[in-house]
Amino acid sequence: MKRGLALLFFVGPFLWMALTSVWPEAQLTRPLPEALTLASYAGLGGSFARAVVNSLIVAALTTAVCLAAGSAAAFAIARLPVPGKGGLLAFALAVSMFPPIATVSPLYLVLRAVGLRDSLPGLVLPYTTFALPLALWLMTSFFRALPDELYRAARIDGCTPWQAYLHVFLPLSAPALATSAILVFIFSWNELLYALALISTPERRTIPVAIVLFAGEHAEPWGQIAAASMVATLPLAALVLLFQRRIVAGLTAGAVKG
Amino acid sequence: MNREARAGVALAAPAFVVLAGVAVAPVLAAVWLSLHRSILVFHEHRFVGLGNFQFLLSDGRFWSALGTTAYFTAVAVGIELLLGLPLALLLQNSGGLFRAALLLPWAVPTAISARLWAWLFNPQYGLLHRLLPAVDWLGSPRIALHAAILVDVWKTTPFVALLLLAGLQSIPDEVVKAARIDGARPARIFRSITLPLLKPAILLALLFRSLDAFRVFDAIYVLTEGGPGNSTETLSIYAYKTMLRAGDFGYGSTLAVATFLCVACIGLLFGRALRERT
Repeated sequence: MKRGLALLFFVGPFLWMALTSVWPEAQLTRPLPEALTLASYAGLGGSFARAVVNSLIVAALTTAVCLAAGSAAAFAIARLPVPGKGGLLAFALAVSMFPPIATVSPLYLVLRAVGLRDSLPGLVLPYTTFALPLALWLMTSFFRALPDELYRAARIDGCTPWQAYLHVFLPLSAPALATSAILVFIFSWNELLYALALISTPERRTIPVAIVLFAGEHAEPWGQIAAASMVATLPLAALVLLFQRRIVAGLTAGAVKG
Repeated sequence: MNREARAGVALAAPAFVVLAGVAVAPVLAAVWLSLHRSILVFHEHRFVGLGNFQFLLSDGRFWSALGTTAYFTAVAVGIELLLGLPLALLLQNSGGLFRAALLLPWAVPTAISARLWAWLFNPQYGLLHRLLPAVDWLGSPRIALHAAILVDVWKTTPFVALLLLAGLQSIPDEVVKAARIDGARPARIFRSITLPLLKPAILLALLFRSLDAFRVFDAIYVLTEGGPGNSTETLSIYAYKTMLRAGDFGYGSTLAVATFLCVACIGLLFGRALRERT
């Protein structure tokens, strides 16, 4: 009963979205559709497909950068005598809490000056700063949980610190890398503020911008908006279903450790 | 420096160079910009000292946006905690599928979910409008902000519940069992054992959510763009419009810096409370 109520509130709107996406445009004024149609999906066209590709590119690039820089730094903080390492983690946490609006104006001007403002790589930079701290924290707590002997054994066997990272610790950290990747990917897939501020060419819009600026000729094309939303939601629904346990663990990792 | 430390610095450097270069330096640059009159289209850029901040103090629209942001944050986070706790208790005895279903609103882009809710609120044929035809969800200045709060509650209550669930699971079973053997009723156990032991998790959820809610942009931008009549305009929305619609980067940066300072205050305040607890 309680569970049903919770599901109705949290999942119900998605069912309405799904129904709207197959609801014939001409019958939207009716209480319920008399027939279902895929016309809204067929009408989406190339510009939305373009946005999906753009989002994939930005999210993939951001994830790659965050995993590479985050896991290397996490290994250093967890296993090597880096000066001031406690402060570094606190610093990363503080950065993740910066309000995005605070960095929009200078980044806009700098990216414009170097010709990256209206480009997908230009988006990766700000996305990285907000997602990297999360990856760094997750990876650090993973590396810390590994036994101390592992690093020493690798060194005694003749590994340099770099080799110990690349050949021993990185392969072992696959689960933490996967969790970080999922969370960073979701974050980049969803970001709106920077994409709206920096991207002006319609062909370079990401999904959130495309959905927000979805323009119809007369009234708002609700059927098509719903269809586009379904397309953008399905990959996330799949991620959540497949990796629910990982996502929850990653999100609450900080909470458990205090 | 020995070999270990050298490798450590080299491995850690890229991440921290990026964080310093793309997050810290821009914030400092925003502070510098906020001391200028800087309007892109007019190619105007001159130093005005604290002039923008002087204007800020007498800018009624700033104070109204600050009030709206604070109200949004307090009410949304309050409701999320109140609903999050029973939801966490419900999650404790539920399977993975239920958990995954609740994660969906959190995982979907806010831009999409806000569009979805705008459709539910639609004054012609939205579902909520059909159920409650008397309510003008987004068109009335007194209701629109609460509609935005509803969307925020819908999106982030599951996240709060998961944080609290992690806290619940860290409470040792023996304590609860011992209390039960001593004859404590469930309500008493909840009040005297669960709730106090849950306090760090509650504070943490409060910290994360307050910082997040205070910088709210996506949901309100999509639902109302700050309207009707600036009644839902938050600090981020006002700063965004000033910078990217009016092209006023100087005063826009002043608003952004003010937002940053508010968020820093919230962070320090809760951060201290959290450290005292743990």
